[in-house]
Amino acid sequence: MRITVSVDGTAYTDDVEPRLLLVHYLRDKLGKVGTVVGCDTSNCGACTVHVDGHSVKSCSMLAVQADGREVTTIEGLARDGKLHPVQQAFHDNHALQCGFCTPGMIMQAIDLLADHPDPDEETVRSGMEGNLCRCTGYQNIVRAVRDAAGRMRPGAGPEAERVEQRSAQLSGGE
Amino acid sequence: MTATAEPEVGKARLRKEDARLITGRTRWTDNITLPGLLHLAFLRSPVAHARITAIDVSAARSMPGVIAVFTGRDLADEQGSLPCAWPITEDMKAPNAPSLAVDEVNFAGEAVAVVVARGPYEAADALSAIDVDYEELPVVLDMAAALADGADLVHPELGTNKSALWVFDSAQAGTGGDVDLAIAEAEVLIERTYRQQRLIPAFMEPRSVVVDPTGEQYTMWSATQIPHILRLMVALTTGIPEHKVRVIAPDVGGGFGGKLQVTPEEVVSLLVARRLGKPVKWTETRSESLLSAHHGRDQVQKLTLAARRDGTVTGLKVELLADMGAYLRLVTPGVPILGAFMFNAIYKFPAYHFACTTVFTNKTPTDAYRGAGRPEATYAIERLMDELAAEVGMDPLAVRELNWIKHEEFPFTTVAGLEYDSGDYEAATAKAKELFDYDGLRAEQAERRARGDVVQLGIGISTFTEMCGLAPSRVLGALSYAAGGWEHAAVRMLPSGKVEVVTGSSAHGQGHETAWSQIVADQLGVPFEDVEILHGDTQTSPRGLDTYGSRSLTVGAIAVVKAAEKVVAKARRIAAHLLECAEDDVEFSAGAFSVRGTDKLVAMSDIAFAVFSAHDLPEGMEPSLDAEATFDPENFSFPHGTHLCAAEVDTETGAVRLRKYVCVDDIGKVVNPLIVEGQVHGGLAQGIAQALYEEAVHDEAGTLVTGTFADYLLPSAADLPAFVTDRTETPSSTNPLGVKGVGEAGTIASTPAVVNAVVDAVRHLGVNDIAMPCTPMRVWTAIQTGRPDAGGPGSTEAGGGLGSLSGGAQ
Repeated sequence: MRITVSVDGTAYTDDVEPRLLLVHYLRDKLGKVGTVVGCDTSNCGACTVHVDGHSVKSCSMLAVQADGREVTTIEGLARDGKLHPVQQAFHDNHALQCGFCTPGMIMQAIDLLADHPDPDEETVRSGMEGNLCRCTGYQNIVRAVRDAAGRMRPGAGPEAERVEQRSAQLSGGE
Repeated sequence: MTATAEPEVGKARLRKEDARLITGRTRWTDNITLPGLLHLAFLRSPVAHARITAIDVSAARSMPGVIAVFTGRDLADEQGSLPCAWPITEDMKAPNAPSLAVDEVNFAGEAVAVVVARGPYEAADALSAIDVDYEELPVVLDMAAALADGADLVHPELGTNKSALWVFDSAQAGTGGDVDLAIAEAEVLIERTYRQQRLIPAFMEPRSVVVDPTGEQYTMWSATQIPHILRLMVALTTGIPEHKVRVIAPDVGGGFGGKLQVTPEEVVSLLVARRLGKPVKWTETRSESLLSAHHGRDQVQKLTLAARRDGTVTGLKVELLADMGAYLRLVTPGVPILGAFMFNAIYKFPAYHFACTTVFTNKTPTDAYRGAGRPEATYAIERLMDELAAEVGMDPLAVRELNWIKHEEFPFTTVAGLEYDSGDYEAATAKAKELFDYDGLRAEQAERRARGDVVQLGIGISTFTEMCGLAPSRVLGALSYAAGGWEHAAVRMLPSGKVEVVTGSSAHGQGHETAWSQIVADQLGVPFEDVEILHGDTQTSPRGLDTYGSRSLTVGAIAVVKAAEKVVAKARRIAAHLLECAEDDVEFSAGAFSVRGTDKLVAMSDIAFAVFSAHDLPEGMEPSLDAEATFDPENFSFPHGTHLCAAEVDTETGAVRLRKYVCVDDIGKVVNPLIVEGQVHGGLAQGIAQALYEEAVHDEAGTLVTGTFADYLLPSAADLPAFVTDRTETPSSTNPLGVKGVGEAGTIASTPAVVNAVVDAVRHLGVNDIAMPCTPMRVWTAIQTGRPDAGGPGSTEAGGGLGSLSGGAQ
């Protein structure tokens, strides 16, 4: 099947097998190897990317489902050589050791902060529940996400990422 | 050149490694692609024990994109037997261990064939077209049953399921008294059987290997902790000359002992690449990893502690059954033996006996997992100290204090024959008690018990020590380990004054690049940023024994210090020549050599350039400042600490919530407190996970039923509390930096602290044990069967211990 996907700001058109997973498309076809595979049951979240501004485990989505959509990976976060505030916060808070889970953690954290611009510890812990780390015990990851929230105020991430929050507010949630 | 003003060692430097990891510019093995790269997929046995009567690969071979399919029979003449480097006894029984099974399979998940295809999807597709006929054999799973007369055998050719019996006895060794006498004369005997459940290391990066056979050397990239050992071992296993193999461990995503291995897939990848003359790659799925990468722990511990009524310990007898699984991998038999020296822990036992029987079963082989033998030992003794306290009616901290080595008694030779060089258990405990509010929480516990609160509070203690820094080579030799425990380093001064440091320690998340840079910056007086750390490639780092057993800092970094000292010694001689003074008059400070009592000086970078130009060097001196060193420690280091855990147990549901966790670790001098804190956090998470969440479970057919992350419960952020960590600092006297190592401390200490807390919460209900992991079902069952005379509802079963295993694993 022929698909056209925007990945980190570049449009790609490719013929892909219908069964090709998005994560394998990113890694094997586009060379976006910053996004990694950590499991085969969508438990670990290492492969988390953004599709149209929302976090998605790219092992649980087919490449053909990304047709016509915008994908952002860990490689597309830095702007003009400047790290995204969440990337910077992970560095500053020693929120990574081996670093394998880190791309997924950062992508999920950005999504979380779009919905919760000033999360407390419990909100971060439950919001990051779908991303596993074996090295850090999560303490510095939690610290980094909350630190990033402070750096990103007012307003976290691109406009598209605040859709859920807006709709939640409209419907009287939170 | 800007000299560093304050010491780098001790600074909370942010890590150099992070830049590539937070941006996705990483070099994981699976990221590597080469022209013409072929992909491997392994077919694995679905049964735990069977004879292979036929394999038909013809259909698979003819599938689109499939280049070749190999069976064990195809590779039988070249695959050799996977190495075990630790024959613990002279008469240890070891089966042949083919990388691809030839005639029989001995665990579910054992590789039986490999497909080579153009792409990974095509390789995976072809697996289902391979037809294997298995003639099933009796499955051996339980260790006690495996040792019974007439038991079915995993390896009939060995005539037994017992691999070895390893014994240490303090009376025989002359390090203490006769334990049977101590038991006979004991006023109090605590007899328990604890189970160390089987765990899975579960590093986040699945294992991966790429082999390129197109150069003069076979180049193997592997997600391994041990590039140097791997190079030697694949050479010895396959017969390919060692100098024709180059191993590279690029960025490696965690290991925890799980990548301390020479794997079947590494050997097969090398053989297939050689056969086909094409580069190949294999990357495992998570399910493959959980099923076939080595597991850890899995012991049954029969324990007898003898004591006086006043709480003084008089003897300890340890009888272990250790599950080897189906084969002996690289250090499989040695893992429980590492624990032999740690059961006595920080206590002054006058008599000690340790016997470990290693047993084959039809399960995935076990091997090193974070702590390797020492968590098992620490769990046993720290649980026993709580049981002793309950038996004699003392506070568990008081019982520990009564028996531990006092700070003024160091150096102290233990009943297991180790010399603990330093420690201050009093200081660490006092600090932990204060941070924890020990007295306040005890008061709350009493109050909740008094009013029969549904949620009961328990306090768990673990005052642990461990032996770190594997290891003095002569000790390893005495334990029959095949290799030594030294480490190698080289320091290269570049003409511009920058520095390259080569280390044999192979990091996989520990932050060596940062910590080593700090150490070298101090040693040479150069800026932190001017130091580059090279590791993980046997071509640039030709000698090394790699990273495991908390050895990198205590052995590897000391080699770096020794090499740097040689560089400074050479530079001093040149400085004296350039400054026209005697060498004795030269002082070295902050990166500059000066003439004592004058303002004449020359910087290290100037000397580096003078050596490069070589125009004016002392007579007979070679134009190089570079130096190498190999360091072999004389003793282990002995980190210690006090961990306190407060757990709330819902007596109606059995749910456990960790309310507070405080640890005060003494790991000697600290190079980078940020990295240390991270290591402690991660260690705690893994130790707590053993106590509460993780267990590799096989069903009665030997099938692993926890074969995905949906079933094998790695804790998430929502499952763990925030930790309060602090330190005391008693420098190690066994190395010049005074460091002890921190990689395993959290894992070793935390498991018993948590289980002690859970048991403490419900001890008044007649519970004295709950098997790990302490799932809600097990805790609830334990409460239901608590002894009536102790306040429980009553049952013929005492406590929840091993009896609760049948009460539901999950």
